[in-house]
Order: sequence, then C-alpha cells, then structure tokens
Amino acid sequence: MNKLARFDWFSLLLYLVLFGIGLINIYSAVYNADDNSVALSFMQKQLISFGLGVILIFIIQFFDTRFFERYASIIYLVSIGSLLGLWLFGTEVSGAKSWYNIGSFSLQPSEFAKVAVALTFAKHLGGFNTQIKKTKDYISAFVIMGIPAILTLLQPDPGTALVLLGFFLVLHIEGLPSFFFICLISLFVLFVSTLLLDMYWVMVAILLFAILYIALQSKQKRKKIVFPALLVSIIFGGFTYSVSYIFEHIFEQRHRDRFNILLGKELDTQGVGYNINQSQIAIGSGRFSGKGFLEGTQTKGGFVPEQQTDYIFTTIGEEWGFIGSSFVLLLFLVLMLRIVRVAYKQKKTFSRVFCLGFACTLFIHVAINLGMVVGLVPTIGIPLPLMSYGGSSLLAFSVFLGIYLRITYQRMD
Amino acid sequence: MRKRFLPILISFFGIVMFARLFSLQILSEEFGDLSLKNSVLKQFVYPERGYVYDRNGKLLVSNQPMYDLMVVPKDLMSFDTLDLCKMLRLTKQELNKKLAKAKRYSFRAPSVLLGQISKEDYATLQEKMWKFPGMYIQRKSVRAYHTDVASNILGYISEVNYFDMETNPYYKRGELIGRQGIEKTYEKILRGKKGVTYLQRDKFNRVIGPYKEKQLDTLPTPAQDITLSIDIDLQEYGTKLLANKRGGILAIEPSTGEILMSVSTPTYAPNLLVGRDRSANFRVLKQDTLNRFLFDRSLQGQYPPGSPFKVLNALVALEEEVIQPNARFTCYSGHFYAQNQFMECKCKPGTKNNLDRGIYNSCNTYFSNVYRRIIDKENNAPDGINTWHSHLSSFGLGNYLGYDHPVGQSGYVPNANFYNLWYPNQLWNGATTVSNAIGQGEILMTPIQLANVTAAIANRGFFYTPHFIKGIQGDFIAVKYRTKRFASISKEHFEPVIEGMANVVKKGTARIASIQGIEVCGKTGTIENFTRINGVRTQLTDHSMFIAFAPKDNPKIALSVIVENGYWGGRWAAPIASLVIEKYLTGNVKRSWLEKHMMEGSLEAEYAKVTSNKPFSINE
Repeated sequence: MNKLARFDWFSLLLYLVLFGIGLINIYSAVYNADDNSVALSFMQKQLISFGLGVILIFIIQFFDTRFFERYASIIYLVSIGSLLGLWLFGTEVSGAKSWYNIGSFSLQPSEFAKVAVALTFAKHLGGFNTQIKKTKDYISAFVIMGIPAILTLLQPDPGTALVLLGFFLVLHIEGLPSFFFICLISLFVLFVSTLLLDMYWVMVAILLFAILYIALQSKQKRKKIVFPALLVSIIFGGFTYSVSYIFEHIFEQRHRDRFNILLGKELDTQGVGYNINQSQIAIGSGRFSGKGFLEGTQTKGGFVPEQQTDYIFTTIGEEWGFIGSSFVLLLFLVLMLRIVRVAYKQKKTFSRVFCLGFACTLFIHVAINLGMVVGLVPTIGIPLPLMSYGGSSLLAFSVFLGIYLRITYQRMD
Repeated sequence: MRKRFLPILISFFGIVMFARLFSLQILSEEFGDLSLKNSVLKQFVYPERGYVYDRNGKLLVSNQPMYDLMVVPKDLMSFDTLDLCKMLRLTKQELNKKLAKAKRYSFRAPSVLLGQISKEDYATLQEKMWKFPGMYIQRKSVRAYHTDVASNILGYISEVNYFDMETNPYYKRGELIGRQGIEKTYEKILRGKKGVTYLQRDKFNRVIGPYKEKQLDTLPTPAQDITLSIDIDLQEYGTKLLANKRGGILAIEPSTGEILMSVSTPTYAPNLLVGRDRSANFRVLKQDTLNRFLFDRSLQGQYPPGSPFKVLNALVALEEEVIQPNARFTCYSGHFYAQNQFMECKCKPGTKNNLDRGIYNSCNTYFSNVYRRIIDKENNAPDGINTWHSHLSSFGLGNYLGYDHPVGQSGYVPNANFYNLWYPNQLWNGATTVSNAIGQGEILMTPIQLANVTAAIANRGFFYTPHFIKGIQGDFIAVKYRTKRFASISKEHFEPVIEGMANVVKKGTARIASIQGIEVCGKTGTIENFTRINGVRTQLTDHSMFIAFAPKDNPKIALSVIVENGYWGGRWAAPIASLVIEKYLTGNVKRSWLEKHMMEGSLEAEYAKVTSNKPFSINE
C-alpha cells in the first residue's frame, strides 16, 4: 500500500474546510464598512494561529507514536502545572483567570489540558494490567480527568470543566460498569427536577421511590437491599440538597438566569435572554439560502454578542441560511463519525482510546455550542472547534488532529 | 466495549440539530421580520413643500428652517441647567419634566427636548451647545409666510393625527399635513411624495450605513409650486378697509372665475401658527367665540342677501315674462300685501317705478309685485316657487359652489316642500312668502355666492366655478375651473337689470360708490338680522351689504362686501367696494378721505352692545 495513501487526508481536508468557513464568517462578523482595519487585524491573528497550528501538525508527524505513549504522564503533569500556574501568573479576563499573556498573544492552558487528558487516558487504559471494570482502575481514571476539571472549574470556567468531564463518555464506551451511567442520568434528572420543582418535593419523591423499590422485592432479597437502597437514596438526597445549595448560594445570578430561561421559568428577551433570543433571530432570519456574504443585518448590527467567537454559527445561519448551516453541521458529523470509525480500526488500545477521546471532545464542543446558539442548551461559553475566533482553541484542536493523524498512520505497526 | 454508543449519540445529535435548524430557518416565519425590525431603519426623505405665489408672482408661502433641541439621555452629563433654562425661556421645573419625559421614552434613542426653536434662539443656543453633552440640534422645515393677511385662504399645516393615519396610510407619525385652507386642498401637490431610504443600524439603534447599497431606496417626488388667483395687495388693502369691523369681501374676476380676494375680519397673521407658540396662539384664536378668528366670513358666513337679491328676482321675472322692463308699479311708501299686512318702503307716496327705478331706488313695493307675479304666475304657488328655485339654483345658490377651499356653507333657497311643511294646509302663496322678494325671509347666501351671482350678471349669464388656484407648476388646473356654467336666464334679460345697477351708483342708493372714469354697477343691501341674547330673540343693527362689478362693459371685477351691523349698504359696504374696485382697476386710490374714513371707522362699540348686558338701541 502506498505510504501516503495510509495518511488520513480526508480528516485533514475537513479540518481545512471547517477552518476556511470559520475564517470567512469571522470576517463577516467583525466586518465594518467604514474601517476595514479591525476586520483585517482579526484575520491576521487567526491566520497566525492557523499557521502555527499547521506547523505543529507537520512537526508532530515526525514523532513516533510511542513517544506520546511514553511521555503522556509528563505531558499530563506539565498541563496540570500550567493550570496551577494560573493562580500565580494568570490574567483575569471577564471574571475568569484562565489566560497567560505572552506579548500580544494570550494562551488558554485549559484548551491543551484536553489533549493531555486524552493522551493520559489512552495510556492508562492501554496499560497491560488495566481493567476498566476494576474499582482501582476506574477510580484512577476519574482522578485523571477530575483534577484538571476541578482546576478549570475554580478559574472559574465551567464550560471547559464540562468538556473535561466529557471524557466520562470514553470510559463508558470502554466498558465502565453501567451503574455509573445510570447514576449520571439519574443525577441529571435530579438536577433538572430540583431546579424546576422545590428541593423537598424531590427528596420526598426519592424516598417514596426507594420504599416502593424495597416493597416490590421478594422477602429474601428485601433484607439484602434495604441498606444499599437507603444509602443510594441518601446520596441522591444529598445531591439534591447540594444542587439546590449551589444554585442558590454559589451560582451568581447570571448563571441562575441562564438555567431559568432555558427551563422556561423566566421569559426575558431584553435582559438575560437577549443572547439566546438574538442568536435565534439571526439564524432564523437566514431562511433557506441566507442573506448573503456580508449582508446579514443582525450580524452587521452587532445584535448577537461574541459573534466571532462562541456565536460564530449565527453568522453562518444568517448569511448562508439553512443550506450553509446544515452543510457545516454535516461536516462536523462526518468528521466525528470518521474519527470513531478510524478509532475502531486501531489495533492498539492506546490509539483507539486517544481517537475516542478526540471524538468525544469534538462532540461535547459541537453539541454544546450548537445547542446553545439554537436555544436547546443553556448558555455555556465554549467555542465551536476550528471555526470560532481564538488562538488557543484552534491550536489545541490542531495538536489533537496532528496526534490523531500521526497515530492512525502507524496503525499497521 | 460499547462500540455503537458514540456513533448513535452523534447521529442522534445530528438529527436533533437538523430538525431544530429546519424549524428555525424554514418553518417559522417570524424571525425574518424580527431581524428587519431589529436592524433595518426605514427612513423617509421628504421633498421640500411647494411654494405658494399670488397672481402677480409675489411669494406668499415658503419654508424656513426650524430647530428641535434633541436629547439622548444616555449621553447626558451634568450641565448648567440655569443657563439652558434662561436661553430657552423655561423654568427649571419645566426642563426637568421634559428631561424625565425623554428618559421615559427611551434611554438610548434621541427624543425632542424642545421643539421648534426659532432662528434667533438657535443662534444663541448654537454657540453654547458644547456645554450640553447629550444634546444636539436637529434642523427641520416649517412654513414661512411672507404676508400678514390671507390666513383664511392659505390655511395651515399641522402634524398628522390618529385619524389621518387611519384614513390615509401614506402618513406616518410626526409628519405634517395640510390642515386648512389651500394647504389642505392642494396637499398632494404641495407635499410631493416622500422617498424612502433604508439604513443599517446596530444594537444601540445607531445608524451604521446604507442597507443593501441603497438598492431598495426610492427617490422623493418633488413638490409642485402653486400660483393663487388672489392679488395679495388687494387682499391686504381689503383687510385694512375692514379693520375694526366684522365682515368679509370676496372679489372674482368674472371672465375666469378666479378669486381675487377673500377677506374675512377680524383675522390673524399666518405666522402666528408657526413655531413654538403655535398651540398657545391657536387656543386663543379658537376660543374667541365673538370675533371668531377661525371663521371665514367670506366663505362660511350665511346672511340673508337683502336688497341685492332683488336683481335676481328681476332676472327671474324677465325670464318668466311676468314683467316688462317698462311696466310700472306704484309705491305708497310701501304697500299692503295682505289684509293689515303692510311692507314699508322708502319711496315717496305715489312714486311710479319701472324696473330701472325699482332697482336704483330699491323699491320694496316694486319687487314684492315682481316676486308675487313669479310665484303666482299660474295661480299655483308650489309650481311657481319651484320654477323660481330652479332659476336660482342655476346660479349656484342653495348649494356648495365647488370652489377649492375646504370651508364653506351651502346657503339656503326655499322650495315648495319647505313651505308645504311650514303651512300644512297648503294655504300659502306669493304674498305669504313675500319676504323673499327683498332678500329677507328664508333665503341665506354667503358672500362668495353673492360675488359669484354678481360675476354671472357681469358676464351676462354665465360664470366659472370660483377658484383660488391660478396655476400649478407643470400641470393644468382642474377642468371644472375652466368650464363655463350657464344660468337659466337668457342673455338679453341682463341688460335692463345691469342698467338699473349702473344707476344705483349714478343716482341711486350708492352714489358714494361712483368712481370717476369707471362705470360701476352695484346694488346695496340693508339686512335685518337677529340674535339670541340670554335666550331672547333680539334684533341687532342691520348688516351693511353691497354687490358690484366694474367696468360695466367688459367687467374686470365682481365683488360682494358685507359689514356686520354696519347699518345701511351705502354706509360701509358700498364705499369699501368702490375703493377696492378703484384700487384694483387703477392701482391707486384718489379718494383718500374716503379711504381714511373706512380704515379708521370702527364698529367695536356696536359689537360691544351684545355683550354689555344692558338694553340698547339699534340702527342709530
């Protein structure tokens, strides 16, 4: 087989196309007819990041796969160190201490932590003695993703923390006991119902549910499960209480508002709901074929905030319509499904888990970002991969892609 | 391993997202409109309102800049309120109230803090604007009047109200519309048609440039200037002559139907209804129920025509062949028209009057006989009066004339139905309704109807619908103002009547109206009139009335003059008419003593009687 043909050109092409579309729409989002210099400076910065990304992808191809496997732990430690270093050297931007300022560029280490976690997961699960069903092994996996997640949550950057916790999906796919997934779903249901209903009603419901569960068991079994069932309901009750407590006391009003809007508890199109409302107007007004490049009235008027970064999809929706936005959605779906397919062709567990980690990270990003701009998910500030304006995110995904390309190229080894 | 988990999750997400995009972008209709409302500002471009000229090309109405002081509450910083109040002649409370109102309207969008600041105030304010951040001055255009008279003709413009917007979708909030006078009649011509420009705006409502490279924009259609038929100098002269008197003058050029002047006094200067003090001034004008500034006496005043109506009866009688010009009736200082019913006359007892003498002596007895012969021609009063009515209608009486001014009255000419209702037993005839013979009774006419009848007589049988318009820039005036209307009286019957009218001035009741070198034909009127004072019908001093045209051959002007409570026709109305004719035909007035007497003469004392709450005597 031709050596070059083994390389995943298709994924690289998707990467380039998505970046290109993103660049065009960033230009439109920051375009100002009177003063072109603003838009050009945005272009310049994004292209520099892109250039760096391409160089990194190129360099990575010269490393051996084993290099990543061997040094995964060190990369992980460096990454954790860079997150810790934020406490000392970080710059605060809009309330979150997530950035290092290097000259005129700023770097977000949490973006690169995703790559580090993916590598470390791959190494951990690919180890000779690792059995994900074993308590010791899955607890250590939880720790691997838990540490950076907690560190980013403290910045506070809940969006990135959520993405890091998304590696749970990798564990589930790799065979984590179903108990955890059921727990997660239950906790999610509990979370939403606690916000929607009163905390005490939820607790009463948990208790009734436990009693009913016990009552339905046969006499012999009953004695055995009374204790675990009660324990689970106490844990659930404690979770409900903490959700309620965090929501009321730790969350700031803006966080509360976001959830309230989404759950339909409040309707406010001028205040907190403004973003969601305006981005839906922008996308909706694009109709079938869009208003055309640089013709988006919502985009030009700057009605959608952060449009070149987290809300870049609204520009696509408005100026390129249903055709453009579903094309972009399709590109993302194809890219993700391709990565998953390639993952299962890998012989080595390390390679497979890394690819799955990449796919999961992409999926969480795309799902939350697109879900947010169309009003299906509460406002959580994470960028659209490869398209949103911002160097760190683009570079991190470039590194991700670079390693992915390198690893999958060597799958025959 | 759960191999299918991630592909299923990704596909599920894909399906949900496609569905959501489909519903947002294809199914729901609302977002397109919402985004336009959000971000596209539709702004109108107004053409400058057309100018108005008089028949000699003198500019009457143009436009002037007016300035609105605008405020954007968001940008306000502390400023010297005292200084601003002093410049704008406001109290501090008033200013604070206006600022609060602007804030309520919008914090970010500009609103009018103080509208219609004059040029003078603008000059001082302009110098100091830098002291008031968050405020700026916006220029707009309002009417400028170059005359102090003719407000009743010109009318005024004002902001559209809810009703205007409902009935005509062209108009949007804050726009101006011709509200009265020729501004109203010729609104479409004077206004032109506004254009539209679309602007892109941002989330702060700021305009950031044109929308779609102006592809959707339309250019405004320029307004047209109009020329009025009025002679503004004559209008001004007439207004002066009627000073301190309530009344009206309406003059028509018989050969065209063009209205040369339409004076109504007391009047007001049109500039009073422009600018900051407009509403205060308007209130004063509107609330004066005695002087009735906004009531156009020349178009809306309905009076019994009095003796001038006799010439119409003469014409009808000649047409109906019930009299011969030379046939005479004897007057005994009046006559009994029924048992114990005597109508007085100023003739000496035993005077024998033919048509000519009947007219120039204004003999009541003569015209009572004429009238009764018309009505009782076939011994059928209803038929007689309907014939009489139809002749009068052919002169445009009892109905609106169709001139180009929004105000007016139809006047009234009774017909058979009217008297049948009044006398249910149908026992009525010429004698019963004899007041009509001398223009009293049920007949009502407006000065413009009187002037129009005079013009028709001057033309020997036809007239044009009177009109104020003489020319429209790049357009013709309406066909109806260029079409002859014929009275139902044969041409030859006018000559004896005109002869009589000429003698009115030569040797009759209006000798004071004679002008050297010009043969004036006229007819005086002394009109009994009544009012209600505290619910009691009270007779007031007679109105002074005069109709005239001149010269006798090839007439150039026909007019009617009424001076309310001016007593007899020769006292005020005839001299005023004569002065107007002299002024119009010769350009200057030689009889300055008469001019002075008219201009300085006042009837205020007469008018004060009505409101004095004391008993008073009339006709003194």
